[in-house]
Amino acid sequence: MRHVISLLMENEAGALSRVSGLFSSRGYNIESLTVAPTEDASLSRMTIVTRGSDEVIEQITKQLNKLVDIVKVQDLTDGYHIERELMLVKVKATGEFREEMKRMTDIFRGRIIDVADKTYTIELTGTGAKLDAFIAAIEPSAILEAVRTGASGIGRGDRIMKI
Amino acid sequence: MADTELTGAEIVVRCLAAEGVEHVFGYPGGAVLDIYDAIYKQDKFKHILVRHEQAAVHAADAYSRSTGKVGVALVTSGPGATNAVTGIATAYMDSIPLVVITGQVPTAAIGMDAFQEVDTVGITRPCVKHNFLVKDVKDLADTIKKAFYIAATGRPGPVVIDIPKDVTQHLCAFQYPESIAMRSYNPTSKGHAGQIKRAVQMLLEAKRPVIYSGGGVILANAAEQLTELARQLGFPVTSTLMGLGGYPAPDPLFLGMLGMHGTIEANMAMQHCDVLLAVGVRFDDRVIGNPKHFQKEARKIIHIDVDPSSISKRVKVDVPIVGDVGQVLAEFAKLTQAADHGPDREALKAWRAQIELWRAQDCMKYDHNAAVIKPQFVIEKLYEVTGGDAFVTSDVGQHQMWAAQYYKFAKPRRWINSGGLGTMGFGLPAAMGVQMAHPGAPVACITGEGSIQMNIQELATCKQSNLPIKIILLNNGYLGMVRQWQEFFYEERYSESYVASLPDFVKLAEAYGHVGMRIDKPEDVEPALRRAFGEDKDRLVFMNFLTDPCENVYPMIPAGKGLSEMILI
Repeated sequence: MRHVISLLMENEAGALSRVSGLFSSRGYNIESLTVAPTEDASLSRMTIVTRGSDEVIEQITKQLNKLVDIVKVQDLTDGYHIERELMLVKVKATGEFREEMKRMTDIFRGRIIDVADKTYTIELTGTGAKLDAFIAAIEPSAILEAVRTGASGIGRGDRIMKI
Repeated sequence: MADTELTGAEIVVRCLAAEGVEHVFGYPGGAVLDIYDAIYKQDKFKHILVRHEQAAVHAADAYSRSTGKVGVALVTSGPGATNAVTGIATAYMDSIPLVVITGQVPTAAIGMDAFQEVDTVGITRPCVKHNFLVKDVKDLADTIKKAFYIAATGRPGPVVIDIPKDVTQHLCAFQYPESIAMRSYNPTSKGHAGQIKRAVQMLLEAKRPVIYSGGGVILANAAEQLTELARQLGFPVTSTLMGLGGYPAPDPLFLGMLGMHGTIEANMAMQHCDVLLAVGVRFDDRVIGNPKHFQKEARKIIHIDVDPSSISKRVKVDVPIVGDVGQVLAEFAKLTQAADHGPDREALKAWRAQIELWRAQDCMKYDHNAAVIKPQFVIEKLYEVTGGDAFVTSDVGQHQMWAAQYYKFAKPRRWINSGGLGTMGFGLPAAMGVQMAHPGAPVACITGEGSIQMNIQELATCKQSNLPIKIILLNNGYLGMVRQWQEFFYEERYSESYVASLPDFVKLAEAYGHVGMRIDKPEDVEPALRRAFGEDKDRLVFMNFLTDPCENVYPMIPAGKGLSEMILI
């Protein structure tokens, strides 16, 4: 099962390596991991997308909770939540592609954020599946470069993770 | 006081004194010269100079195991820190509270591949409870306070503080914090009342109960509560290697150690019980063998542990209780006393009768009339000669198992060994830490000729610090446990397990200024031990017992097999 785990940790040097080290030393899988400080600069908020059986996921959350720097851990997939991921794609924008790429960007509600003679850079936000769909929808040879952030997640409605 | 400026080095020393540290085990070097200078000028704690950093950490570790206090080791940067890693990992696997201070190159040199630079925080990260790199002298006192707090609370463990040399030289106003609060670290100590009630109900209805007690009982100082509860209920108790002494071994309710080299009665009772009370344990591979085989029998499991991640890790449990083992057991006792009925006496009687049938197979018998010295016999004699009340450290291998099987520990913190990591070379430095903490007490180090040579240089430390340890070398000329596995599972291909070219241990002991003995006849075993613990009690005595080279440890559950699949003698 795919799980989205959200956590708050002390924003200290080496904090990220404690989490990534835990996953590699215990053989847990990481699909994506994003991290940045938020409104409280003393804390980092991390979203980890992982896969595992119920037992493995239980161990992952327990082991994360055990790390001394971690303040809070929540498995977002336990309830309603929202996920978003950002992708930047640089595509060919010459000949027929110039029109086609603009059209596809509009269909997927993306934005062209950089225009050059031969390229566009497209910004697209959504679930991982939507980003996948965009990649699948455009001509593969037109893709020059792509970068994705990995998913960030947050609970819906009253589900709040704060200290 | 708050206004006096001290150097970082002086702050380190003052913090250790404020924590009540009496002994620091260490080895100096470039990055810690300022700390050693500050140690020279103080008289609050004693520093014990070892001969290898690994030994400093093992000694501090055993100091902690035998006292319950936080052990402290001090080493320099680079190789000092890497030599300490085996010791740190040993303490981590057995959840021993330690503070290890490592020197580091000056902050400006970090990352420059400076002389004796190593990423200590990076190297130790997977084998510490937590670690710190102190980059500013202003953070030093707070960090040391936190380190002691983290090491000793919750599930204990080693904490490393890496201090760059310039930080030990910078000046700062010193005030040791009275207390510490960390929003990210708040271990649970009180068990959930509802779960405790459910557990007690389950215990009172049990027909074939077993208490499975581990190192957590020792670490939580809960031996008394465990013993009281077991006796009140009349439930049999088995213990892991790490839990020995948590329940008095000579007691008839005690089934002996369980697991790979556990007794028949302990392993069969574990396999066939209907209610299992697991206390301060982790169901590891050397204890329950194959978890699938273990789970073939239906039983209810109650598991008390301070670390939630130990619960339902290898075996799913029915009633998990997270909390301090001692506190939770005390709650249990209150409820069982107040209950309107005790456990089912008839059922218990039948269960104990079944256990006695298993016990009657006498799985630990060995040849008492052999012409060669049987290693088990040496341990039995050691038990007699010391009245069962010595501190016993061990190395790792066959001798460790025989010590665990034949020395009947009646008290906690008397049996000191590396259970989780299985570190050869642990025994002698561990005995130093124990003897330092308990001057005058009998301390025996049971070892093999493989293990003892992994830290034999510490004989010099023992001389310098006057540590009258009794070394019981069970010398069978082989890396015995390796040889045993090769005999059982590798068709007797004894690849590299014969250790030829052994030194003359008597001369070696004498060269270091100690007493050496060589014992090769069974009738000489007891007199040698009596002399060592009698007229030579104030000296280190190195007893080289030449034992049966072919003896094996029985019973044995082969790796990956189940508890009821023992190889018997």
